[in-house]
Amino acid sequence: MRKADIACGLALLLLGGLVLWESLKLKIGWGLNGPEGGFFPFWLAVGLVICSGAIVLKAFFLGSSYTDRPFVRKGGWVPVVKVAVPAFGMVALTEAIGLYPAAAIYLAVYMRWIGRHRWVTILLVSILLPVASYFLFDKWFLIPMPKGYWTVISGLY
Amino acid sequence: MEALGNLLMGFQIALSPYNLFIATVGIVLGTIIGVLPGLGGANGVAILLPITFVMPPTSAIILLSCIYWGALFGGAITSILFNIPGEPWSVATTFDGHPMAKQGRGGEALTAAFTSSFFGAAFAIILVTFFAPLIAEFSLKFGPPEFLGIQMLTFSAFVGLGGGSVPKTLASIFIGFIMAAVGLDIISGQLRLTFGTMELMRGFNFVVAVIGLFGIGEILLTVEEGLELKGIQVKVSWRTVVGTLRELCKYWRTFIRGAIIGTWMGIKPGGATPASFMSYGLAKKLSKNPEKFGNGAIEGVIAPETAAHAAGVSALLPMITLGIPGSPTAAVMLGGLMIWGLQPGPMLFKENPEFVWGLIASMYTGNVIGVLIVLLFVPFFAAILRLPFAILFPSIVYVCAIGAFAVNNSTTDIWYMMLFGIVGYVFKKLDYPIAPMVLALVLGDMAESALRQSLIMSQGSPAIFFASPISAALVTASALLVVWPFISPHLHRKRAV
Repeated sequence: MRKADIACGLALLLLGGLVLWESLKLKIGWGLNGPEGGFFPFWLAVGLVICSGAIVLKAFFLGSSYTDRPFVRKGGWVPVVKVAVPAFGMVALTEAIGLYPAAAIYLAVYMRWIGRHRWVTILLVSILLPVASYFLFDKWFLIPMPKGYWTVISGLY
Repeated sequence: MEALGNLLMGFQIALSPYNLFIATVGIVLGTIIGVLPGLGGANGVAILLPITFVMPPTSAIILLSCIYWGALFGGAITSILFNIPGEPWSVATTFDGHPMAKQGRGGEALTAAFTSSFFGAAFAIILVTFFAPLIAEFSLKFGPPEFLGIQMLTFSAFVGLGGGSVPKTLASIFIGFIMAAVGLDIISGQLRLTFGTMELMRGFNFVVAVIGLFGIGEILLTVEEGLELKGIQVKVSWRTVVGTLRELCKYWRTFIRGAIIGTWMGIKPGGATPASFMSYGLAKKLSKNPEKFGNGAIEGVIAPETAAHAAGVSALLPMITLGIPGSPTAAVMLGGLMIWGLQPGPMLFKENPEFVWGLIASMYTGNVIGVLIVLLFVPFFAAILRLPFAILFPSIVYVCAIGAFAVNNSTTDIWYMMLFGIVGYVFKKLDYPIAPMVLALVLGDMAESALRQSLIMSQGSPAIFFASPISAALVTASALLVVWPFISPHLHRKRAV
């Protein structure tokens, strides 16, 4: 937990530094229209640097106040990765073949891999849910979801 | 009396068949959202925000606010039957609600919870009806320094009353504001913090951030904890309902206390959770048999539920009168207002009375519809959680992706949603509060222009924040709130000695 706190604090410190640097480029002083563009982000970044600095220092020197509880309990990261990786996969597939087919594949893979559901259930859910949402969003609410190259591949529209 | 006339006009809008239908849909969707793990009021409203773009603004806000009421009701179902607080303010409901369900008094507990929610909401709505116009009238005099003062007070309330680590709360606020600053600067027209990339030019959308931080982040947390859902079967019969209602009359003091605490705390940001705990604690302290608390005392359900629901309603008060949201859900609604082309703030009452009063009237109708629907369909809502996790989780991720995409029709936003999900997961684990970050992201542009306008007015002198008594009081109060966490332990120590 302590290590994670320090790591996260350092990441925020870095973020604050980056913003500081960018806002200095935008000028932080007084321009023709009052404060310049970099003024607000600059002071925010100063605040962030101070806070993250305090977090890191506190974690570093007052480490005894932490319990031994690890950041992720042993083996706990396995299900997290199992959810996160297919989800990222779905987003990547969405770019290529559109959201509905990507969701169908994602649902099917996840249900088979994690849930070990029967194929009938898998087919039903992974096809019905995207089809239903297609009619709901694309047809009823007229919000077209990304199609990627799906229209080219399938010849459907 | 003017308020009553306006309210009547609002009812004409809220009671139109279309808006009643919208309200019912909102309540049902909201309750489902409240029951599902990983979906709560804030991201439920965020996901469904895009479908409101095709509606008239009044119907849109009715849909969103009813989703919010539904989510509040739904939170009670999971707390009582599954011992899983769907939202932080339902934690206190699990203390006595779940033991009651275990003893086979689930129907009683649910009836008590819904009735108290309804009572708390009704109490707060009546107050909103009469106070909102007064506050809006008063704040018409506010200039940029006063608005900045109110914003400062909002954020320092998170620091002072949030109870978390002060540097972490502040860091989360700063990150929110920094994210809001990314993209085009509205005053100077410069591109800011884009690091030369095209993707960052549009800036970060708060809807995407909310869906990622609350939705995806929450799912990752839930799977890590490997929650096993062991729900308790319950059937609510009319006899239980009537019997419980009769018994509830005995606890009118608990109801009123909870409603007052909730309404008062709810106006302040992040108030619902402390309100529910305070109300629970007070009910226990003042009860004739405090030893029953924790083992299924009905008062232990009434107290937190009344307060949480009252707080949920009164969180909308600063949103409609001042344009400052009191909770992440209210923040998303505020963002919706801007997208629908309405200017949030005190002028809303003058320029769009039918919108404001339609919303207020729909609070009445929505909560009546809500309490009826949840009482009638509890088993149905509870059945949702019995769906296998391997179907639930990917479906929720999929729905989140639809919501994130639909805001701007951009696939990049789905990537952002996933990244925000991971940030949300890490931040929750490390106890960085997320609500202030979301509020800062929504209010960022408003806060910045208020600050810069004030400084332009004063030729760069910060003394302008102390020039008017209102802004001076606001700024001083917020400064006190920020230092409060450092002082209060010392005060307590003295008292203990």
